[in-house]
Amino acid sequence: MKKIRRKVFMTAGYHTIALGTGRKEFNPKKPRPGLEDYIREAGQGTLKQIGGGTNVDEGVISNFMAARFNKQGNLAALIPSIDESLRWKPSTRVEGACGSGGLGLVTAIKSVLAGTAEVVLTIGVEVQNTVKAIYGADILAGAGWYRGERKTGHAYFFPSLFSDRAGAYFEKYGRDKTRRAFARWYRNAIENARLCETAQEFHNACEDLEALGLTEPNPRTFVDHLNVYDCSKVSDAAAAIAVVSEEGLKRCGIAGKDAVEVLGWGQVEADLTVPPADLTELETSRRAVEKAFDSSGVRREELGTVECHDCFTISGLLSVEAIGFAGKGEGPDYILEGKASRTGEVPFNTSGGLIGWGHPTGGTGVRQAVTVWQQLTGKAGRWQVEIPSKRPYALSVNMGGDDKTVVAVVYRRAS
Amino acid sequence: MDYADRLENVAVLGAAGKMGSGIVLLTAIEMADLGLDSANRSRGFALHAVDISEKALSALMKYLREQVRRAGEKKTVWLRTIYADRADLVENEEIIGQYIEDVLAIVRPAIRIEAAYDAKVIFEAVNENPDLKVRLLGGIKSHGRPDAWFLTNTSSIPISELNERVALGGRIIGFHFYNPPAVQKLVELIRADSTLPALADFAAQFAKRLRKTVVPSRDVAGFIGNGHFMRDALYAVSEVERLAGEFGFAESVYMVNKVSQDFLIRPMGVFQLVDYVGLDVCRSILRVMNERLAGGHLQSSLIDGLVEMGITGGQFADGSQKDGILKYEKGRPAGVFNPGKKVYVPLADIAPRGDERLGAPPSAAKPWKTVIQAPDRTAYLDGYFRELAAMKTLGADLARSYGLKSKEIGLGLVKDRVAERKEDVNTVLLTGFFHAYGPVNRYFDGEDTP
Repeated sequence: MKKIRRKVFMTAGYHTIALGTGRKEFNPKKPRPGLEDYIREAGQGTLKQIGGGTNVDEGVISNFMAARFNKQGNLAALIPSIDESLRWKPSTRVEGACGSGGLGLVTAIKSVLAGTAEVVLTIGVEVQNTVKAIYGADILAGAGWYRGERKTGHAYFFPSLFSDRAGAYFEKYGRDKTRRAFARWYRNAIENARLCETAQEFHNACEDLEALGLTEPNPRTFVDHLNVYDCSKVSDAAAAIAVVSEEGLKRCGIAGKDAVEVLGWGQVEADLTVPPADLTELETSRRAVEKAFDSSGVRREELGTVECHDCFTISGLLSVEAIGFAGKGEGPDYILEGKASRTGEVPFNTSGGLIGWGHPTGGTGVRQAVTVWQQLTGKAGRWQVEIPSKRPYALSVNMGGDDKTVVAVVYRRAS
Repeated sequence: MDYADRLENVAVLGAAGKMGSGIVLLTAIEMADLGLDSANRSRGFALHAVDISEKALSALMKYLREQVRRAGEKKTVWLRTIYADRADLVENEEIIGQYIEDVLAIVRPAIRIEAAYDAKVIFEAVNENPDLKVRLLGGIKSHGRPDAWFLTNTSSIPISELNERVALGGRIIGFHFYNPPAVQKLVELIRADSTLPALADFAAQFAKRLRKTVVPSRDVAGFIGNGHFMRDALYAVSEVERLAGEFGFAESVYMVNKVSQDFLIRPMGVFQLVDYVGLDVCRSILRVMNERLAGGHLQSSLIDGLVEMGITGGQFADGSQKDGILKYEKGRPAGVFNPGKKVYVPLADIAPRGDERLGAPPSAAKPWKTVIQAPDRTAYLDGYFRELAAMKTLGADLARSYGLKSKEIGLGLVKDRVAERKEDVNTVLLTGFFHAYGPVNRYFDGEDTP
């Protein structure tokens, strides 16, 4: 991949709370904020930090399935509802299932690189608690190949696809240790989320998280190899971040130390109609990460923190291997040795990740960028980890579908 | 005739009532599930939902539609395999929608008893009135199939009595669901001496397929559930009468209700439960028991008097609680009836004084809901009741006496052989009444009962 020919930064991140089961304010029987409210809150949260909407040239909004969850299309036209000054400016909606947010980031980056915009307001949003989980599963199944897979698929379509990956992994590398690694991953996620007041699991008070994580899967009511604690929850949330050029930073009056620089990225697409060749590997994610490393010139050993796409514990584990921190079959050891925890070698998902913070599907990629920005610029509050000087870089990996649409981005704090 | 043959044609009498609607729901689902099994595709299934009210039957159909959806949502994993050959049903929503259609297609609402004449299984869930039950079962016996089986949901009337009065020759068994049948796990199974073994086998299989916890009860009026509940409630009334001289009626009701709920960690206070079941229903059950059991004095002039005044408790059609001994606002007790003045005294006027008289509950007290979810429930209860035993307050005194009485009633049921074992009494209270512990325990007298 060619080197980036112009510096690109991200700054002024903001996200709403992740609302859903687990949050004390969540009551499925009571009215909740709608799609527009989330977009407005996140958008205004970013605009406030960059001197308002007049400084914005363009908007990008990432979302997966508002057309079904909220019966709403044409989301690009909701960007002007954030601020009057955004009316009559260009705006684009992008979709790539749970990888929509990553596509949004890349779309904004490309606009800045092209020189058609200096400041791009980038938003990711999903409001999913409008339907019960069993019907939400239908909607999310749209990330798979509808004609080819849905009819023969499971009631809980996506949990089942990743359950199959877990089952294949158990068979190849052993069940016991892998399940213990899942439970540890769950514990790490919840413990991180407890430090971040916007996280969906912020109120989680369970004392023995690993015991809960080890709950035996129940194929009669759910899937074969995963329990509900292995899964991210149903979340309503939005995140926003400004993707800007050097000129954009100046225009917004943002100091370099309050921004992160995008050093490189990898954007990779697999064929939706072709099943994964090896269930125990996230090949597309691996390829995207390799590209991101290649384009940024950053090595894995130089990463100080990672935001990976742990929609399930198994995808967290496979991400560890796809990024290369552990060899194939060695992910469980890496996790059980505590290397991915907030005090370990490379803190993963420091605000809880998809399992702990929440997974507003089409918004997750943008939320990941916000967490990275918070960590690298020292704005992470109680969930701040130390970014060692020898490891000044961060990586985010956002995945859509069963490892189909993947965007990996490498960042460092700007100066 | 095997299990599926039997269930091809079923009738539920009192189908739109509180118990009947739940029985229709569970039975229709069981019949539909059998029908969806490829082995039974050639069979037809019909459930005749018989009730006297057209309006209530319309409400029943609406209730079924909602409840079958919920049931379908819980077993979508299985339904996807059942409808695997239906190319037109792809999404969960389409599959659940089809399931609702398939279950409802079995149910035929009817206001005439003739609808039950072809049934091979008749569920009886009408009012707890022996003469009414005898009349309805007698009619079906005269005009229906000679091999029809009768399952009665009576909670108090001896099965042998119904068998003899209708001359059913053992074609009847007691199949007592708890309210609401779709939620409560417990079924009391009551065999009369003459009950046909094949019918008993069928009933056991049906309960098992419905995933119910079955407790056998001997065929004695009231069985285990009401055998305990009615005496427990009468004890509470007698305590109120004892305390009323000193504290006044309304305040005594408040105190005994609070002790039974908060001090004894039950899901609701005893008078709230009486109101929930219905004062009129309680009166009918007490009558049935009192007329059939020797030396019981199973009667309450308080309950009789309230029913005569038109105060019945029970629920409105929308499921909300009617006023009874207590008055309800948004489903919660808000007042206590004063029979002298025939008005409800607001709780706010009596609760502070009542609470002061009772004294605080033990410091370890937790709400019932927390206790039943606690993984270490037994250890918690041990500690809680140890603390209660050492307390010298009116509330603790009342609670200990109440706990002892509840145990005495439980042991009495075993002694009278209504229950085979003390565990059966405990199971009924744990699963049918959602108590956090069985009445036969050592919390109040420190004694284990072998």
